[in-house]
Amino acid sequence: MTMLEVSGLRSGYGRIPILAGVDFKVEAGGFVGILGHNGMGKTTLLRTLMGYLPATGGHVKLKGKDITKASPYVRARAGIGFVPQGREIFPALSVLENLRMGCLLAKTNEKQTIEQVLEEFPRLKRLLDRNGGALSGGEQQLLALARCLCGDPKLILLDEPTEGIQPSIIEEMIETLLNLRQSRDLTMVLVEQKLNFIAALSQRILIIQKGRITREVPPEAIADPSMLEEFVGIEA
Amino acid sequence: MDLIGLVSFNVLVGIGTLVLITVGLGVIYGMMKIINLAHGEFMMLGAYTTVISVTNGINIWLAMLVIAPLVVGIVGLIVERLLIRFLYGRMIDTMLATWGLSLALIGLMTTIFGNDVRGVPAPVGGFSIGNFGASGYGIVILIVAALTLVGLFCMLRYTRYGLIVRATMQNANMASALGVAPSRIYMSTFALGAALAGLAGGVLAPISGVSPVMGAAFIAKAFITVLGGGAAIITGTGLASMIFGFINEIVSFKSTPVLGEVALLAAAIVMIRILPQGITGRFFKRSI
Repeated sequence: MTMLEVSGLRSGYGRIPILAGVDFKVEAGGFVGILGHNGMGKTTLLRTLMGYLPATGGHVKLKGKDITKASPYVRARAGIGFVPQGREIFPALSVLENLRMGCLLAKTNEKQTIEQVLEEFPRLKRLLDRNGGALSGGEQQLLALARCLCGDPKLILLDEPTEGIQPSIIEEMIETLLNLRQSRDLTMVLVEQKLNFIAALSQRILIIQKGRITREVPPEAIADPSMLEEFVGIEA
Repeated sequence: MDLIGLVSFNVLVGIGTLVLITVGLGVIYGMMKIINLAHGEFMMLGAYTTVISVTNGINIWLAMLVIAPLVVGIVGLIVERLLIRFLYGRMIDTMLATWGLSLALIGLMTTIFGNDVRGVPAPVGGFSIGNFGASGYGIVILIVAALTLVGLFCMLRYTRYGLIVRATMQNANMASALGVAPSRIYMSTFALGAALAGLAGGVLAPISGVSPVMGAAFIAKAFITVLGGGAAIITGTGLASMIFGFINEIVSFKSTPVLGEVALLAAAIVMIRILPQGITGRFFKRSI
């Protein structure tokens, strides 16, 4: 089954176009990485998929249903989870309250949902009373992911989760996400510029250049600098 | 001794009055960053609702504590749908729009009821502190003000709706990614603020002359108390009301009520010079 189908998607800020016709598909259960330099439209793509930026052309379909014009909360209710760049933790809410916000779309009751998610993110257990704003970048990133999972999304959009995060937490995140792929029925679209992170998680890697998906590379290619240069024009 | 008792009582009532007239404006400004210049007229509508209900034989407690907030809350809901929701994020435009609305409401009420001053008798009599007589209705004001603050605090702190409201205040985009429809939250918040203004108008109706232009007497004080309080709605409103209410009553007692108001405004100017973000912009930042 196709989880997400994006065809000819265009969008931008005001009159400045950023996405110039993006096409790709994600199968249910797939982990797709989108790799690109700064300014190629990675974040714009996710913000358009989430509905924050209006699409100026093309279509977005979730499980066959057209959601191109839907507002963000409608998409969230339809099963898209979003872990934004910069994490966007509610700074004056406690960690527990951040998780409770994540539970608004949960199908099971709040207490149960949070307990289950905390099993997957044990590091958050001792932080529950702290304000979200007082956490380190890495802890916030884990919290953003945990908060997203509380709503039991079918598709997760993950925007540069490694930005400004200490390496130990990056390892932990890779491990957690790989476990989640096993234990939950998850589909993921990951946007990144860190090669090892994207290679460790993705089954397919798409290259975005100047607002278009230009090609697909096998994850193995990321490990080989010469191949990568040929494929992407990125120096590893 | 009796005199100190009387003055203390009056100070408390002054603070309670300030809390009542401020809290509705504070909810709307604090949560939505909208300056509702029709706040005074919402209070006026609450006062009229009370007067009309009582004239038609409805119990005064029911009229001012239930009917007034309900009616004005519904008015707020309609205003939000027809006017405010098109202007989110445009502070100057909302100020102009709500100012226009206030003029329209004054005109409308003058057309319907004329510009004569009405009133309702206070439902409780006076009592004495030593040799001095004090207004028993002051106790009512104090209780209502305290219950309003405590009720709002509990709602924001302990209910799911309160959690959603606080999250939406902090980051509406992120809240919508978690399934919240921000427009619904804004709509209900505006209605809540309007209802609180209606409650204030209803409760103050027995001690102030009810006329179409009565709102003008409240809006300036309410506005500077909100600014003085800063971002945290409950703590800010409470603390700023205490400071300004205290200064107002003490100076009024030593000189005249007019000088009391002057002192309140002067204190506000000094405080906003020192604390431009309000009290809770500097202290008690994590409070609600």
